Amino acid sequence: MTPMTSAGAGSGTGTVAAARADARARAGLTAAAMPHVPASQSPHIPPGVPAEALVWAETVAPAGYTHRVVARGTRIRLDDPTGDACAHVFLLRADAPWERLNVADTLKIPWQAYLGAGHPLLSGDGRVLATVVADTSARHDAFCGTSTDAWNIAKYGEARPEGSSPSGQALFALAAAKHGLTARDLGPSVSFFQGVRVAADGTLAWQGSAGPAAVELVAELPLIVLLANVPHPLDPRADYTVGPLRVHAWRDEPTGPGDPAFDASPERTRAYLNTADDWESRS
Amino acid sequence: MTVLDWSGPLVPGAVVRDDRVARRASWSAVVAAGHVLTIVDVGGNQSADCLLFAADDPAERYSVPDTLAWSGNVYVGTGTVLRSNLGAPLVTVVGTEVERHDTIGGACSKESNTLRYGHHTAADHACRENFLYEGAKWGLGARDLVSNLNWFMNVPVEADGSLGIVDGMSAPGKRVALRAERDVLVVVSNCPQMNNPCNAFDPTPLRMIVTAPVAAPVTVPAAEESA
Repeated sequence: MTPMTSAGAGSGTGTVAAARADARARAGLTAAAMPHVPASQSPHIPPGVPAEALVWAETVAPAGYTHRVVARGTRIRLDDPTGDACAHVFLLRADAPWERLNVADTLKIPWQAYLGAGHPLLSGDGRVLATVVADTSARHDAFCGTSTDAWNIAKYGEARPEGSSPSGQALFALAAAKHGLTARDLGPSVSFFQGVRVAADGTLAWQGSAGPAAVELVAELPLIVLLANVPHPLDPRADYTVGPLRVHAWRDEPTGPGDPAFDASPERTRAYLNTADDWESRS
Repeated sequence: MTVLDWSGPLVPGAVVRDDRVARRASWSAVVAAGHVLTIVDVGGNQSADCLLFAADDPAERYSVPDTLAWSGNVYVGTGTVLRSNLGAPLVTVVGTEVERHDTIGGACSKESNTLRYGHHTAADHACRENFLYEGAKWGLGARDLVSNLNWFMNVPVEADGSLGIVDGMSAPGKRVALRAERDVLVVVSNCPQMNNPCNAFDPTPLRMIVTAPVAAPVTVPAAEESA
């Protein structure tokens, strides 16, 4: 007769004390993808950034996601250490989440479809949510958004969040839910590190990665940052291919007069003025 | 003087709805699965800003990125399937008399007008106002406004990524026809913008005609003259 057993039988977790000791023995382990708490303990601190200034340090797994509320003036660095990350980003204003990333205005106001250093990420309310302040990739996309379950089922055969090919939209929905938000709060997103270009006839042409690269954003308002690290929808590789994504954030200053992005065009200057105007009346 | 051509349905069928949308005004209706909505650019080069929602669950709505990713092209023309945020077909473009339509330029707003043209334009009426006003009739609000379609508007993307609203390719009486792939709530802003070529600097009316594909006897409501 087989004795009645539990899943933990034989691993020394038959009592609360033993189970507690077993659980606590796991704390010193590390994983390739994990948050570093406190952020100053990150093993990958970007050059020139004082460890004590860090407020967020994390490596997001391939097919993983993360989310964070950051203050106005926070500088967020996204690193693609392998050249295979694809950082899908959606931004909402933390103190008024109905104000959120508006991709159409983000392209229309600067008269420019391709994201790069100096590009403002605008809300639909005539303000700047974040600015791309540094970029060593120049291969990004603001047209295709992220993948849906329907897309990944068609391309990879499945899209379950516990499976091997979750969709960016499903991960955004999970991240959003942790801030009390639902599908109605999500709109078109942008992605970094995998480029797409538009041909003369409007065809979307895959450009792909520039190799290992980094992008830095400055939060111009308090933000809920949603990040999903999944393959770009147009990635031509048949297998679900994505590398780890490193995130570091630290205290810095919002864009102001004298900064290149502030003075880049009259439209952008007014966008930063609107942002400061609104912020100052609230604070 | 503006030439107006009210035209008629682009595809054969029984007319089930026929509305005239005044210049600068909003419009909405549920178009039943299989029915075709013809939008007539009555005065020529009049941007018809447009949002689509699944009638049975408006949390599922038109998605620019899904439409572009599935079609592989940033322009909207005959055969383009307009998809939802779940990747599902909402509407198919079954005919157009204008080579292409826009879905990357977004809608004008009082707020973005201050960036684009200066703070003196903040008082101007705008598509975001129309979308909020019309959407409220269906329980929709700011959270439901996403990147939209602009019928009859021309937004080229140039080789270096330059993008912007330029002179239109339409003319009085030109049409586009959309077949609903399911029951779809269509919300339209007849764009009131006066600061760029999206209306040829002269907002004009639209005509919205819904036809059923079979010539079965149908009661035809009188067109409501509001133009």
